[in-house]
Amino acid sequence: MNFRIENAFQTTRRGFLKSGAGLALAVVAPTVALAETGGPGHAGSAMVDGEFSPNAFLRIGTDGTVTVVSKHLEMGQGIYTGLATLVAEELDADWSRVTVEGAPADAKRYGNLFWKAQGTGGSTAIANSYEQMRRAGATARAMLVGAAAAQWKVPASQITVKNGVVSHAPSGKKAGFGELAEAAGKQPVPASVKLKDPKQFNLIGRSAPRVDSLAKTTGRAIFTQDVKLPGMLVAVVAHPPRFGGRVKSVDDKAARAVKGVADVVVIANGVAVLASDYWTAKKGRDALKVEWDESQAYRGSSDAIVADYHERAKKAGLVARNDGNAEAALAKAGKVFEAEYVFPFLAHASMEPLNCVMKFENGQCEVWNGEQLHTADQFAIAKAFGIEADRVKVNMVYAGGSFGRRANPQSDYLLETAQIVKAINGRAPVKLVWSREDDMRGGFYRPIYLHRVRAALDAKGMPVAWQQRIVGQSIIAGSPFEPVLVKDGIDVTSVEGAATLPYAIPNLNVDLHTTNADVKVPVQWWRSVGSTHTAYATELFLDDLAMAAGKDPVAYRLALLKKHPRHAGVLKLAAEKAGWNKPLAPAADGAKRGRGVAVHESFNSFVAEVVEVTVQKDGSFKVDRVVCAVDCGVVVNPDVVKAQMEGGIGYALAAALTGSITLKDGLVEQSNFNDYPVLRINEMPRVEVHIVKSAAAPTGVGEPGVPPLAPALASALRAATGKTIHTLPIGEQLQA
Amino acid sequence: MATINLNGRDVAVDLPDDTPLLWALRDGLNMTGTKFGCGIAMCGACTVHVDGQATRSCVTPLSAVKGKKITTVESVGEAKVGAAVQAAWQKLDVVQCGYCQSGQIMSATALLASNPKPTDADIDAAMSGNVCRCATYVRIRAAIHEAAKSLA
Repeated sequence: MNFRIENAFQTTRRGFLKSGAGLALAVVAPTVALAETGGPGHAGSAMVDGEFSPNAFLRIGTDGTVTVVSKHLEMGQGIYTGLATLVAEELDADWSRVTVEGAPADAKRYGNLFWKAQGTGGSTAIANSYEQMRRAGATARAMLVGAAAAQWKVPASQITVKNGVVSHAPSGKKAGFGELAEAAGKQPVPASVKLKDPKQFNLIGRSAPRVDSLAKTTGRAIFTQDVKLPGMLVAVVAHPPRFGGRVKSVDDKAARAVKGVADVVVIANGVAVLASDYWTAKKGRDALKVEWDESQAYRGSSDAIVADYHERAKKAGLVARNDGNAEAALAKAGKVFEAEYVFPFLAHASMEPLNCVMKFENGQCEVWNGEQLHTADQFAIAKAFGIEADRVKVNMVYAGGSFGRRANPQSDYLLETAQIVKAINGRAPVKLVWSREDDMRGGFYRPIYLHRVRAALDAKGMPVAWQQRIVGQSIIAGSPFEPVLVKDGIDVTSVEGAATLPYAIPNLNVDLHTTNADVKVPVQWWRSVGSTHTAYATELFLDDLAMAAGKDPVAYRLALLKKHPRHAGVLKLAAEKAGWNKPLAPAADGAKRGRGVAVHESFNSFVAEVVEVTVQKDGSFKVDRVVCAVDCGVVVNPDVVKAQMEGGIGYALAAALTGSITLKDGLVEQSNFNDYPVLRINEMPRVEVHIVKSAAAPTGVGEPGVPPLAPALASALRAATGKTIHTLPIGEQLQA
Repeated sequence: MATINLNGRDVAVDLPDDTPLLWALRDGLNMTGTKFGCGIAMCGACTVHVDGQATRSCVTPLSAVKGKKITTVESVGEAKVGAAVQAAWQKLDVVQCGYCQSGQIMSATALLASNPKPTDADIDAAMSGNVCRCATYVRIRAAIHEAAKSLA
């Protein structure tokens, strides 16, 4: 792949786009930061197609409708609502008149300010946009005020804006945004604007209702699966049964004989059957006879991978963190505590199976997708068609979940669509539809990891040495993100949460074995990435140490977190709200109850969770209640934060209870929700979310609710049963 | 070619009789509110009402619904219970990604139509066939109680 994320911004130029109603500023700046809110002031008009369009993020129609353009994918995390809140706050808009649409792929205007590219991930969406979107709103507000001042011949300083109405109290003059839109478009774009003092906030911090609730409760929201273009063909692909397999030969006679099958084409990763509807295409696929070339296919098994990782963990790996001398301290210690933790492959299993709509005509490609990595995908598709990236137009639609899967560093399913479009010479638009089975067996899993942790305590029972060894595949190696996220052979996502352990331990060593040379399973980030496994190993092992020292796990952690007040803050809050200092109420029927706690930072947000369980005599159990405390800095929308914690807890619980993709002789053993069980409503605990008041810069909430759940649950189960879960998922280990 | 009674109207679908109702709705009639999630009746995203019963349209062939009344999310709000469910969903901001929510709303509406005051156990029984990977379950439960209250 040619695309590297540093290359996303190669040119420095400013362009002006002529359009119907005037001149809209389209800034193409050397850095994304300069592209914000129209950039340096200019004297042109800011009207586009009859709407006041002061910058790339906002349009105001003459009917008063405010359209916010979201540079980030809405995949459930509430970002459309969040970004619109930021714009509307500074604009003083009427929330009921605010709508949101997805931005096209255009890294220079819509880049993620934390990346050198456009994309959504790493729980960065609010964090990188917080000022940018507010400036977008403030700029428009200033221009509306300027227009009113000019029209009414009054000083701008006497004009107020509230709820979408611009007013001049001394004269009693009032106008809605729509009435002023055209005149505002003729105002100069101010070079700088003053943002509100947080004390003046009307929307930020106040749970504005979600902008997507109506569409998503009436069946009107459009996902990729719902896009239908004239003449479009639906493609269903027969993929090789093993990763790395290739098509050797195909007998498509029976497939072509299925009434309605339009074409059958061989592509790099399989055979695509095309028809005007899914069911016909699927019937065609089922009728294919494909012989696979498996000379390069991966034939590993999960059990063998874990056994191999167990051996590798006996030898030192590449050092990711080294404080003091952990090995020397362990050698001196009277007793060394040791544990091994094993984590399975996990599928993302979003509700919307992967899909993509694409057409190619006149040297131009157009894509409809729940688009998460605009720039990388745009470059990859451009390369596939041999065209310039700016000839690839990407339409971002709602994603029916992602949990990381739609941010595929290899652009896998998009390139599959491109190959199909190419194979039929672009004669029809194509919608690639993966079945649930295709989705579950399609790879790009959270990798298998194995952790081996050793520690020793001092005379007071506090940890004096900690050595943690991690074995697993690198998610990043070989992807466009490698130059940024792999440092000295260490994929930072493999060790995050462990190499960043906050506890005050004088001798601390974390090392890593990366296994990509031998394990050829496509892997990918999965909601909260490295913290999906590091939080479990670190928190459960620390719990072991607290228990060995005979200390309360909350007090033990707090003693080690003196330099980390935000970790300590959420831990204290969760413990207090959970009633940690009071004994857990016993079960009425004599079943065992247990309570556990964990705290973890991911993506600069801090979350602690207290989990309560009831375990029956036969070992079956129910998670009764989860008390969660989160510190994500300034809170834009408390209800969305709460929803993300609830959802993160449920997603994490599904994985902890039953989540496991297993390989046997290279074949994925699971296929659908019947053998890859996910959380259902009867398994969902009560969840209480408490948010730490903070003036710190806002950070993400999409992922950070996930990591503490599994270790807190394991700790609760241990408190109830005395058994420690070393291998996830928990499954029926307690029933043995 | 089949004719079905969809949302109060007879409509013709130009697809074979063995086509699941889900794909007839989506690809044949461009009614995309009903979602494809698993294809084997394990997730409930495709739930519609057939003669008022919550039904997984992904495993229900067109041939099985001839002469029956089919209701989808596009029209469920035209009746009192469906409207109350949608309003409760909106009031509590249940949705996240939203992909499963058509099915959740159809199942919840069928539940409330037959059981106006469901307990938590009733909700578990009626709703556990509907998967939400965003795990909006806390709010789904609350919204069903909310809708029941508003209908009382």
